[in-house]
Amino acid sequence: MAANPMHQFQVYRLGPEIKLGNVDLSFTNASLFMLISALSICIFLYFGSKQKSIIPGRLQLIAELFYNFIAKMINDTAGSKAKPYFPFIFTLFMFVLLCNMIGMLPYSFTVTSHIIVTLVMALFIFIAVTIIGFFKHGLKYLSIFVPKGVPVVLLPLITVIEIISYLSRPVSLSVRLFANMMAGHTMLKVFGSFVISLGLLGGWLPLSFSVALTGLEILVAFLQAYVFAILTCIYLNDALNLHH
Amino acid sequence: MHLIFTIKKGGKMELEAAKMIGAGLAAIALAGAGVGIGIIFGNYLSGAMRNPSAAQKQFPNLLLGFALAEATGLFGLVVALIILFAF
Repeated sequence: MAANPMHQFQVYRLGPEIKLGNVDLSFTNASLFMLISALSICIFLYFGSKQKSIIPGRLQLIAELFYNFIAKMINDTAGSKAKPYFPFIFTLFMFVLLCNMIGMLPYSFTVTSHIIVTLVMALFIFIAVTIIGFFKHGLKYLSIFVPKGVPVVLLPLITVIEIISYLSRPVSLSVRLFANMMAGHTMLKVFGSFVISLGLLGGWLPLSFSVALTGLEILVAFLQAYVFAILTCIYLNDALNLHH
Repeated sequence: MHLIFTIKKGGKMELEAAKMIGAGLAAIALAGAGVGIGIIFGNYLSGAMRNPSAAQKQFPNLLLGFALAEATGLFGLVVALIILFAF
């Protein structure tokens, strides 16, 4: 029997147990990899923006690439009003991207494959966007639930549907990222165990599949970070430009 | 037929078997995701063939649509995993 493909998602404690009342605050492998990705972003951006030369070096080029990419995305989807939120969305994108990418390294741990991590991020975005909406528009923000140009007969039904779809935003945002990462890593592990169980003669076919799937997973890792960031922009756009 | 007979006769089905069947049924959701991704890429290609100059600008939308369509199928996978591991 092959190794359990879900084993890689196990969270275990590193070091002593720290408890605050009923809350377990111990340092786990999840926190370790979160720390690694956060630190590597800081180090990368520090060295990327250190020289500030007109002809950029490699690191500076990559840093500028990421900056321009996110800046353009925010400008395209949420307009110029969303400019103050650039640091938040840039941080979010880089953190999700680095967590996904570091999870692709063998023997590492994918932080974003745990729903609690993605749910906290999604709930933070959801609550923040709702507060921004009420702050900018007051009670008029509630008109987001009443689309324009809908026949009066349909309005009660549409409003209920709109409210449900608004409330399901954090769920869909978090489950999308978590399910993609978890499904991808489970699939890689399953194909990896095929290589072992088929042995030296038949193992080459699943091995080549594994290589192709790793490529696909790297694409998905980038894509999910992008989708997470762009959906945040779209939600922000709804809150900032009401019925534009 | 045999399954229905077993449920009625014994009053309850074996939990382990029911979980396996349920998880398998939940994974059917991935078929819809496959169709959706196919439609997205097919329509993108046919649009790009008609008007290649506009293709590059719609590439982010393609990726967004791909990710959104894939995610709906993965919700089904999550349901399957919940059935298998959470109960």
